[in-house]
Amino acid sequence: MAEFTMPSLGADMDEGTLVEWLVGPGDLVRRGDPVAVVETAKSTIEVECFDTGTMTKLLVEPGTTVPVGTPLALIGPAGERRPAPHAPEKGEPSEPVEPRTPPEPPSPPPEPAPVPASPAARPPGHVDAGPLVRHLAEQSDVDLGTLHGSGPGGRVTRTDVEHAAAARTGAGPPRARVTPLARRLAAELGVDPATVRGTGRQSAVHASDVRRAAPGPSAPAPPASAAPGPPSAARPAEDRAAAMRRAIAGLMSRANRDIPHYHLSTTVDMAAATDWLHEHNRRSPIGERLLPAALLLKAAALAAREVPELNGFWADDHFTAGEGVHLGVAVSLRGGGLVAPALRHADTLALPRLMNALKDLVTRARTGRLRGSEVSGATITVTDLGDQGVETVFGVIHPPQVALVGFGRVTDRPCAVDGLLGVRPVVTATLSADHRATDGAVGSRYLTAVARLLQKPEHL
Amino acid sequence: MNRTDALDMVRESISSVIPGADVAALAPDDAFREALDMDSLDFLSFVEVLSERSGIRIEDEDTPRLTTLSGSADFLVARTR
Repeated sequence: MAEFTMPSLGADMDEGTLVEWLVGPGDLVRRGDPVAVVETAKSTIEVECFDTGTMTKLLVEPGTTVPVGTPLALIGPAGERRPAPHAPEKGEPSEPVEPRTPPEPPSPPPEPAPVPASPAARPPGHVDAGPLVRHLAEQSDVDLGTLHGSGPGGRVTRTDVEHAAAARTGAGPPRARVTPLARRLAAELGVDPATVRGTGRQSAVHASDVRRAAPGPSAPAPPASAAPGPPSAARPAEDRAAAMRRAIAGLMSRANRDIPHYHLSTTVDMAAATDWLHEHNRRSPIGERLLPAALLLKAAALAAREVPELNGFWADDHFTAGEGVHLGVAVSLRGGGLVAPALRHADTLALPRLMNALKDLVTRARTGRLRGSEVSGATITVTDLGDQGVETVFGVIHPPQVALVGFGRVTDRPCAVDGLLGVRPVVTATLSADHRATDGAVGSRYLTAVARLLQKPEHL
Repeated sequence: MNRTDALDMVRESISSVIPGADVAALAPDDAFREALDMDSLDFLSFVEVLSERSGIRIEDEDTPRLTTLSGSADFLVARTR
């Protein structure tokens, strides 16, 4: 029996608040599936599971803050325990959209699914219903969010759930399963979850599906109250800002205390890159246009692959190379503060994909919907302060990483070109590196690689 | 498109990109990108939305004209004339 524990989502995290379960007892989970939403001092994060199996027991209720490493749930081998069968399962055509049933051959369950300590698998306040009613709803696969409660104050009653379950068995196709997070996001984004194509198991609709289905920035602006900064499920905004400041303070103090930084800088000719970019953008629909940042990030990622000594972690007095290049991207948040989630395998992404991934990552960083693997997995971080107008970044490394790459503004400068004075767009690329892990020669190789790669934008 | 409609469209496009932005507080000649702390991704989204709503293809070269509300409105009016 494996334990699903409160993960460490970054070197600056000591504890986290479980905000929401995305799965229930009896659900099959696969390694990499998002199973819970956790709030840290810095952001709200969808946390993935590291095991494959059946969620047998949820140990921690939403709203609880626990230290890193605390068991949150138990995961048994796949098929070890099954959820109790429920009415809609019988007589249903074998459609792909079949809710809440693991894709195992149907056989009588050896024992009923364990009931969680608290069946409140929804965030508190989501729907007004008692624990027994919630449990019944789970068992009958009725979504409480869709019910109009007939009880006092709109409270959902047992009868409401039974009616809904009966109505569904009697007629109509089974609805696709929608995770609670996806449902809430759908409400925020004005998307009808029923119209979203789910990509999860058995076509379950995940939050990412809702985001894809959202009409995008052309949708009417949400009300101001739903807007700025990461939504805070468990803390008021001020506490959150203070907590984020403390988290950054802790991490950066540690970086400056523990890491002997060395700093290198070089000026990169951006004429080829800029020309290529303009030409690309002229030919492309607006939605496919690229920003200089995409080229800079890709060059930084490819250079990290070339110089793997800078791509990884320093821990226990030795360097461990990262498995793949997961490029941390420093994103400043509107309410203040900073997160640096990872563009996973950035070195393998073609520019249009990298650009889309960047847009998606920045949007989610600012709305507080990052994945655990994004928050903790970066192997090297890039900070691009060009938008802020500065020319040079003297960065501080995010421990336990060993390098931070900085880009300033792309700006026109007089340069010697073929023995003549010319005006060229240039950018200052800097590297802050951990002298315990590498020496200046390695850092130089890295920055030289970045400069070289940017001369052939068509190969990025 | 008349200028009032154009101004409204610019304001709405900004709001949709920066939810919660206090667009009403922007003066016509304020540089809104700085005022609202828009980065290049935000600005690209703004251009995308504005282009979609107005039906005008906006090139990279046009973007220097889109720094203020009134400049952006003038641009839309000129292009739709």
